[in-house]
Amino acid sequence: MMLSRTADHLFWMGRYMERAENLARLLEVSHAISLMPRSHNGGAEISAPLALTGRLEDFQSRHDGTEPAQVLHYMAYDLGNPASILSALRSARENAHAVRGKISSDMWMSLNASWLEGRKLAEQGEDFQWFFDWVKERAHLFRGATYSTMRRSDAFYFLRLGTFLERADNTARLLDVKSHLLPDQQSADSTDYYTWSTLLRGLGAFEAYHETYRDTLNGKRVFDLLLLREDMPRSLRACFDEIRQALAQIQGDNGRPARRLATELNAALEFTAMDEVFDEGMHPFLRRMLGEINRLGESIQRAYLEAA
Amino acid sequence: MHALMLPHSSHYDEMLLSSGAVRPHYQGFAEWLQAQTPEALSRKREEANQRFHRVGITFSVYGDESGAERLIPFDTIPRIVPAAEWRALEAGMRQRVKALNAFLHDIYHDHAIIKAGIIPAEQVFTNAQYQPAMQGIDLPDQIYAHITGVDIIRHADGQYYVLEDNLRVPSGVSYMLENRKMMMRLFPELFARHAVGVVDQYPALLLSTLRQASRIDNPTVVVLTPGHYNSAYFEHAFLAQQMGVELVEGRDLFVRDDHVYMRTTAGHKQVDVIYRRIDDAFLDPLAFRPDSMLGVPGLLSAYRQGNVILANAIGTGVADDKSIYPYVPEMIRFYLGEEPLLNNVPTWQCRKQEDLQYVLEHLDELVVKEVHGAGGYGMLIGPVASEAEKQLFRDKLAADPAGYIAQPTLCLSSCPTFVEAGIAPRHLDLRPFVLSSGKDITMVPGGLTRVALKAGSLVVNSSQGGGTKDTWVLED
Repeated sequence: MMLSRTADHLFWMGRYMERAENLARLLEVSHAISLMPRSHNGGAEISAPLALTGRLEDFQSRHDGTEPAQVLHYMAYDLGNPASILSALRSARENAHAVRGKISSDMWMSLNASWLEGRKLAEQGEDFQWFFDWVKERAHLFRGATYSTMRRSDAFYFLRLGTFLERADNTARLLDVKSHLLPDQQSADSTDYYTWSTLLRGLGAFEAYHETYRDTLNGKRVFDLLLLREDMPRSLRACFDEIRQALAQIQGDNGRPARRLATELNAALEFTAMDEVFDEGMHPFLRRMLGEINRLGESIQRAYLEAA
Repeated sequence: MHALMLPHSSHYDEMLLSSGAVRPHYQGFAEWLQAQTPEALSRKREEANQRFHRVGITFSVYGDESGAERLIPFDTIPRIVPAAEWRALEAGMRQRVKALNAFLHDIYHDHAIIKAGIIPAEQVFTNAQYQPAMQGIDLPDQIYAHITGVDIIRHADGQYYVLEDNLRVPSGVSYMLENRKMMMRLFPELFARHAVGVVDQYPALLLSTLRQASRIDNPTVVVLTPGHYNSAYFEHAFLAQQMGVELVEGRDLFVRDDHVYMRTTAGHKQVDVIYRRIDDAFLDPLAFRPDSMLGVPGLLSAYRQGNVILANAIGTGVADDKSIYPYVPEMIRFYLGEEPLLNNVPTWQCRKQEDLQYVLEHLDELVVKEVHGAGGYGMLIGPVASEAEKQLFRDKLAADPAGYIAQPTLCLSSCPTFVEAGIAPRHLDLRPFVLSSGKDITMVPGGLTRVALKAGSLVVNSSQGGGTKDTWVLED
């Protein structure tokens, strides 16, 4: 049992920290791909993060063209952009501040320092790649502090709900952007190799791919890995499983609709094969999943987070 | 070696005589200090600053548009209080708080002290802090002020004086606890050399005080905060966490059938004791300020029915008002039949014609304060005021004499403090925290020592650039 407002802050604290990390990963991938020699595609690639976060229009109203450095600055450091990494770090810290009595001091200090130091790095105009690595490290540190110091109570599970709902949303969006690159058959094209390897590296899944498939990179398998594999921590399936488990741990009967939905989604992916996904079409499938994730979020909101 | 700037003989210094000799209870510390290099101490101060920032022991400043949070400057030279002095202070505060609670019960019941002609009726009943809604309400054990912060200073005569009793929502106790934690972290060897009274148990004592405030066996206690933009939010969160109770905002609570509930992820839960860190005026928009978004509609009605306890009670402000302060020694005699153990500062009440006359004639020597002012705002310090400032106060006194009191300019004692030029004497005060329940009155040995960081300044408030020190009460 906890205050609904407290649960709400914990949920969003988890979401924003996860968002900061995902943004760093996304920008890293886009940055790397935009540097490819066949750079006629570079402009589209670097503006992908803007489209993905719904900030393209706002960005265009402030800047002429899409210079990579401008896009990266806007998405990494600009506090005027609510979807930037620094804004996410600030929001995570603000939510933590409102419930600092409910989290361990290790967690609070890690989030507080991430915001204070992040702001300093932004002021200094720190090199982007260095900043992205730093953000990932801060996310790891926060996760580590959470796992090793936070009591396994409702607070912990609301934090996890926020984390994995955000991650599910992010994985689905990221794959959706790449779905048009999916070839029908195995491709040996070096550009594609670069795209898929960059994507996998960005998601920290490069090694896992090779361990799992022991074969060259191909888009279909990349999608299999990141959609259906339950042993991949950033896959859609793994996120649904985590959400289902977290909901099962939270006390009280308020959350039945949310629990049912999470269980259904998890089961649906468990018994889905990649061929069926391709039959439906990758893009329609992912749009449907994004809709379900949204529904799940709303149902959690209604059950626990809104003032009773 | 450190060169300590010597204190001026016009005031009392906690550590040094004006000859430079060290007072006996500071001997151990002085020896240790001389064995440290300035570089090592400066590193320690830097470490303390970084840690306070990381931990977020900060406060936000009203009117600061950037919303930036600042540290209250922390000084690493402790204020040390000898055991015998503390025993006298403790007995005096106990007596004082007991009398103040008796006074509050009296003015909301039989008005005996008024009938006896000791305090004029209009001083109480026309006071803005007097709450008519409290008349006739019986509180458990007749406790109104569960938590009191007593502001004490030491004058040039070496005597302690009570400057103010804070009976509404006294703050600062978290700094007392965090300052101690920091000193033990930075200088563990000092604690091996000194028997310093322990203060860590304060949150446990507070929780037990709050639980005893209720007539219920196992009451649900919460801390009510205005929210995380409040300047003392750190303290609200800190105390809630240390006590293991919920930190709630007004919107987390609601009243149904004169009972108070909080909204939780598993439904409603009844609340029995509210340690509120919100002023009376904001508690209940139905009863007090209708524009308040911080309070809980219907709270006063639930409170009057006895279904929830507020700590402190509504309407305690009338007893710590500067216009009532001069009567505290009389209260002690009237309710307890004892002579006051602690000194009150002599006070001129400008509402009295002869007092006003005296104040106007001696403006150069006096401190003039607004009766309802707090935080060091709205006061005139005669000896250092400019002619324009003094003229402003002459006008104010002429327009609203009852709104002001005056006191002699007390020479707050000083203590060596790190400043840019080295170590120099700076003025300070002391705020111990007194907890009252039906069973007993308790306090931890120590309090918040506030220090004015500007040379010669007597204003110790953190909102005006004051800092803090750890307070050591030595054990025999």
